[in-house]
Parts: sequence; structure tokens; C-alpha cells
Amino acid sequence: MRILIVGGGTAGTILANNLARRLAHELKEGKVHITLLSASDKHMYQPGLLYLAVGRMTPDELYRDQASLLEPGIHFHVDPVEHFKLDEKQVTTKSGRMVGYDILVIATGSRMYPEGIPGLAEHAETFYTEASALKMFKRLQSFEGGKVVIAVGVPHKCPMAPLEITFMLHDYFKDRGLLDKVSIHYTYPINRVHSLENVAKWAVPEMERLGITYETFFNMKEVDGDKKVVRSEEGSEVPYDLLITIPAHRGMEVLEKNGLGQNGWLPTHRTRLNLEGYDHVYVIGDTTNIPISKAGSTAHFEADTLGENIAAIVRMGAPVREYDGKVFCFIEAGKDRATYAMFNYQTPPDPKSPTRAVHWFKVAYNKLYWVSARGLL
Amino acid sequence: MTQRKIVDGRGSFCPGPLMELIVALKEVQVGDELEVLSTDKGSANDIPEWVRKVGHAYLSTTEQEGTWHIVVRKEK
Repeated sequence: MRILIVGGGTAGTILANNLARRLAHELKEGKVHITLLSASDKHMYQPGLLYLAVGRMTPDELYRDQASLLEPGIHFHVDPVEHFKLDEKQVTTKSGRMVGYDILVIATGSRMYPEGIPGLAEHAETFYTEASALKMFKRLQSFEGGKVVIAVGVPHKCPMAPLEITFMLHDYFKDRGLLDKVSIHYTYPINRVHSLENVAKWAVPEMERLGITYETFFNMKEVDGDKKVVRSEEGSEVPYDLLITIPAHRGMEVLEKNGLGQNGWLPTHRTRLNLEGYDHVYVIGDTTNIPISKAGSTAHFEADTLGENIAAIVRMGAPVREYDGKVFCFIEAGKDRATYAMFNYQTPPDPKSPTRAVHWFKVAYNKLYWVSARGLL
Repeated sequence: MTQRKIVDGRGSFCPGPLMELIVALKEVQVGDELEVLSTDKGSANDIPEWVRKVGHAYLSTTEQEGTWHIVVRKEK
């Protein structure tokens, strides 16, 4: 059985390690081959970018060598796929390598796409890449006061990022003694401050307590860098001195070039995780079009489910579990308090008041992630 | 010819049916219809409110066995 995983991010890495452990005996006997193809020899802890942007982590803390995270027996190549030939059960890579498979898992992730809003990429700061997070950090350091506006595109990676960066910016400016010179204005696309109703109910009094203003039903239409205003589809116009964006995201271009999905999102069965129309092709992580959060925990729980199922397919010929839509997100409520939201397809979250204990657990998880990536946690 | 696309937001607490609709509207042509499926009753109110505010057409809402079907048309 040849198992091919395309993508070495959170989903692909956890799945590869999960399978290597579950199928250690079959790997040793040569009955199973696990191949992981990635575009990079480095693995980034993406949630760390939020901290990098406000000077609470450094770039070196975000990376590990991808090969160092993988179980022995996994064939790992830094060689991204360029052509998916699903009907022939093979892919072709950038180097020209042809790789056949019996089971394919697509976990290529997503990328920010600020270019979809005129003026946004040129005039807003963000933190979804190392370069942009460092640029935002330097911009924050030179900012001495004015109106900070947070503007959110959809869909975006990490549903808590809009609130987290808002509360962390408040504490950042507080630590610099600038709160009397800074106003923070939060905008959000729907008619409450977060898509999760209970999270919104928690966040509104927090914002009011901290003096953060907010505006809902705000979907970015364009940014006018000369006038320093951001306009919404709903007809609102908000002036800013510093514009911070959580930009809309898209899946990877290679999928669209291969005629797969729309905007890089692949039509995926919400419980079986297979690509629609293909029984032996699976999709996990941000790449799916499943209507749940694009988050590391989603990738993690999907990888756990799929790992168990692929191992069962190898041993028994059929999957044994369904993905229940589980997501777990920490929510940083500033520099030293946090809460969390856990939910699935059936059960909404019920976040508690932020505490220092949850914040320190999140800080610990920023290190423990590397254990998760190895498929151990 | 007008197309109708299904936006399946059932079981979606985050990002939720309205957010799924906002994304889907970017991917269809003016004049196309979208039918949002939602198991969240609140979306039956939120979606028409946003659709009218932003200038698209709200066409109908029906409820069948715990699923709300909200139909809108892209106008711009």
C-alpha cells in the first residue's frame, strides 16, 4: 500500500507520524510505504507569528527542520507537487519525479490573499508570514499614537486572530505608555464581534472595559492609502492611522492550476474527509471546504481521525471513524490572560472568563506544539 | 442562465453560515442565486439583514426538518 501525503504543514506532518506509528510493523515489512512531499525543508509554528508581530517571540522560535520532526521510515522529499493526475493515481513534482499512490492525502494548506481588496496589501500591516509579522512589529515600534483599525477578510486562517491581535495590541500600547494617545477600532464582517456567538458575548464587555470601539457588518471593499480610509461593502468609511488586517485566505494555487476546487479549497466530505468523487483521495487541514475553522487544531483532529482510518483501511479494508468537526482554539485576551473555545458540528463552545492559568498553558503549548507535530500529543 | 449554488453551512458554528455566504458570493456571477443551508436559527435572521444592507436580493427562507434554506441573489 503506497500512501502519499502532499503538504508538510501541521496536518500532513501529524498524519505522517501518526501513520508511521500505527503501521510500524507494516512499514518494517515493506507492506506499506509512506511518502511526504513538501515545499519546504522547514516547519513553521504558524500561531507564533501573532507573538512575533508584538515582539513576544523571535523568528528562530518558529522553526524546526522538517526532517527532524518525522518518524523513521517516512520517505520525505522537499519537492512540491505540480501536477495531480487523480485518475492515474499519480502526481508529478517540481523536479520531475513521478509518484504513484494507492491513497493520496492533500494537505497543502492556505495562504493569505490581501490582493483581493484594492489597496490592502500596500497600506495594511498583517502577520501571516514571517516577513509581514516582522514588518508589522517594526511599524508598531515606530507608532507613537493615533487610530488603529482592525479589518477582517473572509475566509481567514485562525478564527481567534482578530480578537487576539486586538487585545494584544491594547496591552502592547499599554506597556509602551501610549494608551492615552491610541484608540483601537475593531471591525468584523458579520453582525456580532465574532462568528461564535458565545465568544462574541464574552468579547464585547472585554472591549468595552478596555475602551476598544467596534463596528459590525464591515466587509472590506477597498483601502484608500492617500486619504487613509478603509471602505466597506456595507457603505461605511473608517479613517485610520494604522491599519491592521486579518486578510482573506485562499488555498494553494497549484490546486486551481490542476482544476481542483475553487480558490484552492477542495470539496471534502465533512465526516469521511475524502475528496468528493474520489474514495482514495483525502483532504485535511485548511485545504478543505468544510465549513469549520481553518485552524491548527482542526488540522490536528482531522489528521488523528484520518490516521486511524487509513491504518484501518490497510489492516481491515475499511475506515472505522468519522470526523465530528472538533475544533479547539485558545483565545489570548491580552498579554497575560487567555481562555479557549472547543466545539464540533453538534455542540457550540462556551468560553469561560480569561485566566492567567490558560494563558500560561498557551505559552507552554507554543513549545509543546513540536510534540504535537511529531504525533505524540 | 441563472445558476443556483448550495452553500452548506449546516453544523457550522465557526465561521458560520453567514460567513460562508459572504465567501460564496465572491465566487459566483451577478444574477446567480445561492441557497444557504443552516441548522442555526439565528442565521435565518442574520442573513436577510446583511443581504439587504449590502445590496443583494433576499428571496426566501423555508425550514425543513431543522434546516433553514435561505435563498439570495447576487446583485452587484
